[in-house]
Amino acid sequence: MTEHSPTTRLPADLPPITTIGPLGWLRKNLFGSVSNTLLTLVSLTIVFVLLRAIVRFIFLEADFSVVTSNLTLFAIGRYPREHAWRTVLSLGIVIGLVLTSLLIWRNLTLRRVWMVLWGLSVPAIWVILAGIEGSSALPFVGTRVWSGLLLTLMLAFVGIVASLPIGVLLALGRRSDLPIIRALSTIYIELIRGVPLVTLLFLAQVILPLFVGFDIDVVVRAMAALTLFFAAYLAESIRGGLQAIPGGQSEAAMALGLNPVLVTVLIVLPQAIRIAIPTIVGTFISLFKDTTLVSVITLLDLAGITDAALGQSPEFQFHKKEAFLFIGAIYFVVSYGLSWAARRVESGTSRMGGTRQV
Amino acid sequence: MTQSSSAFTAEHHQPVPLWRDVRILRWLFQLGVLAVVVYGLLTLYNNLIVNLTAIGLNLSFDFLNRPASFDISEGPAFTSRDTVLEALRAGVINTLRVSAVGVVLATVLGTLVGIARLSRNWLTNRLALIYVEVFQNTPLLIQLFFWLSLILALPRLRRDEIASIPSGPIRIGALDIEPLAYFSQRGAALPGLELGDTFGQWLPFLAAALIGAGVVWGVRTYVARRRDLLPFGRAWQSVAAFILIAIIGWIIVPGVPVRLIIPTLEGDGAIVRYSGGWLLSNNFQAILLGLVLYTAAFIAETVRSGIQAIPFGQIEAATAQGFTRAQQLRLIILPQAMRVIIPPLINQYLNLVKNSSLAIAVGYPDLYNVSQTIGNKTGQNVQIVFLMMAIYLVMSLVISLILNVVNRRMQIVER
Repeated sequence: MTEHSPTTRLPADLPPITTIGPLGWLRKNLFGSVSNTLLTLVSLTIVFVLLRAIVRFIFLEADFSVVTSNLTLFAIGRYPREHAWRTVLSLGIVIGLVLTSLLIWRNLTLRRVWMVLWGLSVPAIWVILAGIEGSSALPFVGTRVWSGLLLTLMLAFVGIVASLPIGVLLALGRRSDLPIIRALSTIYIELIRGVPLVTLLFLAQVILPLFVGFDIDVVVRAMAALTLFFAAYLAESIRGGLQAIPGGQSEAAMALGLNPVLVTVLIVLPQAIRIAIPTIVGTFISLFKDTTLVSVITLLDLAGITDAALGQSPEFQFHKKEAFLFIGAIYFVVSYGLSWAARRVESGTSRMGGTRQV
Repeated sequence: MTQSSSAFTAEHHQPVPLWRDVRILRWLFQLGVLAVVVYGLLTLYNNLIVNLTAIGLNLSFDFLNRPASFDISEGPAFTSRDTVLEALRAGVINTLRVSAVGVVLATVLGTLVGIARLSRNWLTNRLALIYVEVFQNTPLLIQLFFWLSLILALPRLRRDEIASIPSGPIRIGALDIEPLAYFSQRGAALPGLELGDTFGQWLPFLAAALIGAGVVWGVRTYVARRRDLLPFGRAWQSVAAFILIAIIGWIIVPGVPVRLIIPTLEGDGAIVRYSGGWLLSNNFQAILLGLVLYTAAFIAETVRSGIQAIPFGQIEAATAQGFTRAQQLRLIILPQAMRVIIPPLINQYLNLVKNSSLAIAVGYPDLYNVSQTIGNKTGQNVQIVFLMMAIYLVMSLVISLILNVVNRRMQIVER
């Protein structure tokens, strides 16, 4: 046996394959194996075809004047232009509340104050936008002329604020041990979840006045339909959260002498809602996207007014795509922003760690 | 030890008065709620009757047998002289037609994208992510408007203007695949199947083929069980049996039972028409494209989370035993992921059926669209709204029923 003396040299090896740097990254992520390289080529083809179409569209075909010349129309629709400041003020109130809420959220006393403020903001904004009949500072503006992004945001805002409490009640009702309450909640939730939203909007628009006997504002009717529809979906989200709370929590609370109402309000609900936040936000995103359906019952929300404006101006006949792309981008920014925020909250509150990628 | 509890024996026990007995209070509360609900519904019903009589309407369903007096642009054969009930039927069939095609296509696309989302290939992964985020976060209605505007911007079906002589070349658009498929403002024409005269004679052979495939499946399973083996290859063998019997029938039956029809362009002068093949209207294309692309994004997320629900140890164990990545996906991951994926997947199908009601935005005559037209024509909105909602509810219930059956079967498999 030959022994290596410290001076004998091992035969030279090939340098290791680069695993770091841009080249290593390329090798690892794009060209690791034959199948991987094939996938990369297929993907590159898709990227190439899409990019070519997009570049051609933007530089040769697109004419975004349909967007730039209609910006105010998209924003506030047929709301009187001289009163546009009222819409800005309303938006300012909401943004202000959101920002200050984030700042004071850790302070329990202030949090309660802000909850009351949130509640008050709904009628306040309504008065600012609709005005008071006969007043000179805030003349009456009928909801029939609320349109564009303004109407979309109002529908979403009212829908979200109003459907959450109803959804909580329905979820508690469905989990209740009172048989009649449970049956009523279950029937309501399943009936609503079995039909499309447009049928409910159609009902609200066409035959609701026959049922109540007097004329309700058409925007209010649409808000009611949205609220009642999404309350059923929220109830199911919250029920999922309620099911995740171990029974020991309410048993411990009862052992401490809390009555059933306090057990629910102070112990079970806060935990359940925290668990259900991702699905609740998902439902809110659906609600925001589905406000577009009111255009089917001829309300002029952002989608409706775009369609109507395009229909009335033949000069934009060949540039509808641009308008829909722009409108779609607005919805995308809001929806994606909401889901991004929800994911932040989710990863911040749960200590379970992320899922490993298969 | 009995002494300490003797203070609470029956003679000291004060019966709880009725107005503080929780059991009674609970029932009183429930009956109160029920009374309020019933009273509210009755009031609404009374209002309805009063208001309907005031405007000279009633709640009868006689109008269903009257002539519809409007046309339906596509679907089953229908003329304006047919009854309202026939119109509703056509609407239901159109809804089912677009939903059925949509469910199949969305499942295929969604599964592919969902697997691509988990690919280790960075580019594929990102492409799938962008697709999912874009289509999930924009409203379906806007997507439908967009697709319709793209379809309406397709080239017109006509001969070139310079060569307006009858035999001049027909202008071909960028999407057209000569001579198989054409896309234009007139709609799309794709190769389609046409049933021949002798199809009826071939049908028994198809049934026999189905039975034969079932027998092969059963026998293979039985034999494998007897020998304590896994029934590998029974799926392929069953399919082969089906094809074999079907081909034998094809040879025996005279004539051609089913013919593949390739669309052609014909017409004199500037006006050109499609002839033969499978014709898709612009409205149908728009609603189908919108539903498929939108639902596939959600199905992709379902598939991804289903696959991610599998413990990582499974993959490591499979890798350690030398399974390739494709084998892992086919033999280890997908069979287990199916159990997690199928319930939310069926939920997505339910959403697709309900979302098909947006067809009205692109002018496709589905159930909602037809119902709205009937309401406008006859004024009997109350009946038609509740009829339409009931039909949608039945569709949802049937899908939920399928979901429950599937769930139960899956649980048995798990034991």
